[in-house]
Amino acid sequence: MGELAADKHVKYILAVEKRKDNFESAVLEHLRMNGAYWGLTTLDLLGKLDAVDSNEIIEWILKCQHESGGFAGNVGHDPHILYTLSAIQVLALFDKLNVLDVDKVSTCILDESDIAGLQNEDGSFSGDIWGEVDTRFSYIAICGLSILKCLDKINVERAVNYIISCRNVDGGFGCTPGGESHAGQIFCCVAALAITGALHYVDKDLLGWWLCERQVKSGGLNGRPEKLPDVCYSWWVLSSLTMIDRVHWISKEKLIKFILNCQDTENGGISDRPDDAVDIFHTYFGVAGLSLLEYPGVKAVDPAYALPVDVVDRIFFGK
Amino acid sequence: MHGRPRKPLKPVDEAAVAAKAEKLRALQSEFLSNHQNKIYSKEAVELSAKLLEINPELYTAWNYRKLAVQQNLAQCESDPESVNSILDEELKVVENALRQNFKSYGAWHHRKWVLEKGHSSMDKELGLLDKFQAMDARNFHAWNYRRFVAALMKRSDEDELEHTQNMIDKNLSNYSAWHNRSVLLSNLMKKAAPGFTSKDEVLTREYELVREALFTDEDDQSGWFYHLWLLDQTVRSEFPLLVSSWPVEGSDISLPAADYLDGCASMNVFHYSSRNFPLVLYFNQSVRGVNSSTVSVSCGFNLNIDLIWKPLSSTDSQSAKVWATHLAIPDAELHSSEAYQVEVKVGFSQGIVSTTGVAYSHPSQISFQLHLQKTPLESGQDSRFGRIQWKDDCFAVYEPGSAEPDLVNLLDNLTIKNEVESTASTWQARIIDDETNIFRDLLDCKIGKLTVARLLTAYNSLRPLDKPVHCKEVLELYSELMKLDPSHYQYYKDNHSLVLLQQVTSSKESLLSRCFHYRDSTLSTNGSPLCLRLNNLAISQLGSFEKLLWVQMLDLSNNELQSIEGLEALQLLSQLCLSNNKFRSFTALESLRYLKSLKVLDISQNEIGSHSIDTTRYLFRSPLSHSVGSCDWNINYLSSETYWEAFFVLKDMGLTQLDVAGNAITSKSFNVFLEKLLPTLKWLDGVEVN
Repeated sequence: MGELAADKHVKYILAVEKRKDNFESAVLEHLRMNGAYWGLTTLDLLGKLDAVDSNEIIEWILKCQHESGGFAGNVGHDPHILYTLSAIQVLALFDKLNVLDVDKVSTCILDESDIAGLQNEDGSFSGDIWGEVDTRFSYIAICGLSILKCLDKINVERAVNYIISCRNVDGGFGCTPGGESHAGQIFCCVAALAITGALHYVDKDLLGWWLCERQVKSGGLNGRPEKLPDVCYSWWVLSSLTMIDRVHWISKEKLIKFILNCQDTENGGISDRPDDAVDIFHTYFGVAGLSLLEYPGVKAVDPAYALPVDVVDRIFFGK
Repeated sequence: MHGRPRKPLKPVDEAAVAAKAEKLRALQSEFLSNHQNKIYSKEAVELSAKLLEINPELYTAWNYRKLAVQQNLAQCESDPESVNSILDEELKVVENALRQNFKSYGAWHHRKWVLEKGHSSMDKELGLLDKFQAMDARNFHAWNYRRFVAALMKRSDEDELEHTQNMIDKNLSNYSAWHNRSVLLSNLMKKAAPGFTSKDEVLTREYELVREALFTDEDDQSGWFYHLWLLDQTVRSEFPLLVSSWPVEGSDISLPAADYLDGCASMNVFHYSSRNFPLVLYFNQSVRGVNSSTVSVSCGFNLNIDLIWKPLSSTDSQSAKVWATHLAIPDAELHSSEAYQVEVKVGFSQGIVSTTGVAYSHPSQISFQLHLQKTPLESGQDSRFGRIQWKDDCFAVYEPGSAEPDLVNLLDNLTIKNEVESTASTWQARIIDDETNIFRDLLDCKIGKLTVARLLTAYNSLRPLDKPVHCKEVLELYSELMKLDPSHYQYYKDNHSLVLLQQVTSSKESLLSRCFHYRDSTLSTNGSPLCLRLNNLAISQLGSFEKLLWVQMLDLSNNELQSIEGLEALQLLSQLCLSNNKFRSFTALESLRYLKSLKVLDISQNEIGSHSIDTTRYLFRSPLSHSVGSCDWNINYLSSETYWEAFFVLKDMGLTQLDVAGNAITSKSFNVFLEKLLPTLKWLDGVEVN
């Protein structure tokens, strides 16, 4: 309980990548692209990205790309902005953004069914051609295009205005205007505002209090008032607090204890709550949370891009 | 993925599960093939329904069904019965899927897509929503869908408000209902709908409603944030107002007109080597439109150039709480003493607007006198006097003499009188008073203590011209909270610090007791700098900047600060000590980029370089936040390690003295980098620079 079983988690991730015979992997087949991002970023944070064959993965990623430019969750599935971001993020991890060659990149940006073409009149973003609107997609568009160094392809002012229209009186943000504040949406909106240099629209003290009150007696964090704590909120809440410089308003020690308690120290992996079944999603968010808490042996993660800091610095400051 | 217990599978179960997985894979494979080949036969479409019942998250299947519906609708040629039957089938599939997972984004969106076609019964949808909300009153998908349906039905805000009342009556512990209420109420008040025009009445009703939620279960957070919002609505000043300024109204300022002195000076004597005299306007909220048309400055010497007012804000938003400009002071004849009356008129022309869209409509005027002197160089006032040492024995308590009545006068006039506030609405004070009395019954628990502390602070904010009351009690409450709720210790500590600073800056006696002369053996007392010492106060957050615009030399050493946000308002600051605090990164020093007069900076003994996570990384203007172009990034300044944060903060500063020792970032190469970056530097870590 007292330590991070890093080696076990690495083994767990590598095993999950290969397992195809269980029910869970069948049911989650459609979001394998997200799974790749969660698993590989965790490996990188634990210093073990070289344990995988990057070429094999990149080949598979490119198979998931559609003619429109967007990426699907797996081969044969439809493209969606959720998976496009994960694809971009994984390529960034491997420092292989250049496989998205210039032609493909410009198609990706200017074509109607890809990221920049998904922006609506009011500044919001749709997830795909079927039109679902959510501030998650605003974050994804801004994060993805920023990594590709072409944020100016969208109307940033309108995008920011839409996000602000989703701000609530408690300082938080919802998925659409009027939507209840939820830690996941708050992360997306705060990170989008961070990347676009618009954090002055956040009332840091007000939101900071709402966020720090997510820490419950057990030391874990919930996603909104009167809900159960969950390791994944160690990311959504913690990264938001970090970006607005209020992370010192929670007890870091108690949260570290909670996350470590959610480990399966025998078989590897981290679960949502102590003694629950583990999965890649919570393994990533547990490790990323520990990174934000400056846990030794874990690389620093960037709270806005959700990628290792050295990957982000390489993109923006690399020579 | 959530809430499943961890347990190893028995071999028998494993085989069953593997078979189940195989079956699912086969189904999915067949489905994807149908989708690829655009097969929308009855069997194929049924297969997709079967799949969505097992796995509502299979988003491609929802897309496929939409394509199938489009094709089928086209074929049935708008025969209403066929159309309805096609769409009803979709609604059934969604209902089945939601039973499996009522949080499925794909399922809810599909339902919206169907509804938008305009052929479905809205009442049925409301019925379905009531069912869902009875099962889980916090499901935000259901609440979002309710907003969607209400909009389609054009239901009034008043009716929806009643729905939230019903939900709250059923169960006070319903944050989602309180949230929805805040949205509807904000709208109704904004529209000034009948019954919602009197803020007093509306807020009084809401306070009564939410009180029960707070008192019923003291640990239940459902009403906390709603109550805080009500409090904000009660005390928030609608109007943008000028709170304080530099110079202060009625002050008398002496300026040596040449750049002889290169160090500190006493209260009234300023010297700016660039001969630019700052004017600072501090508002009660962020405003736009401060420029030479909306703010007129007239003085004896001709200013033919339009003054450029800059918002002191680290964004391109062109709005800020604090605005500054500089007057270019002309040369004066030797031994002459010219006096000029300067008048600053704020807001006599339209144009200043708060970011919430309220026009500035309470014009103010600030008048002060400027004396220009050409002071001959005295021995001992040589510009190369020794470096500043921030030690106790270098400071002597300030004794206000008859020669300097102005400091006292200045401290008496720090806050600008605004008429609109002196006729302070009694309903606001009444509400605060009532609430305070009620919540004093809850002082044995966290939310009670916190609410009373906030109410007492709110009371003071209604009376900015009076000395704050209840400070001691508020400080005690926060201290108790630090013990009662140690997880949130720092939240209470930061608030405690803000109140402490309010107390310290609340009276001229208090401020004067913290003013010191800086004593250097090479200087005579005349013309020795005046320092405000706020050291050793255990403060972890800064505030009350509107009371400190006059400060030139500031000692904040030996505190617990990790941010100086707000310090950019102190445009006169030329010497600053931040040693022995908790600064973690150069990005936390963003405010210094606005202090053009800063010459002496001490950031020694901090934590810069000790932390892997930078909590001010995105509150800082850099290429990362797209607020600085990558071309401003001059690679020649880099040594082999990147010090980009230090580079951006320090690059345009004319520092003469810098102390950075006692930070993990310090090294020989870092010091070499600093010396290259700061050509004006004379002292680095106490050592003379060549």
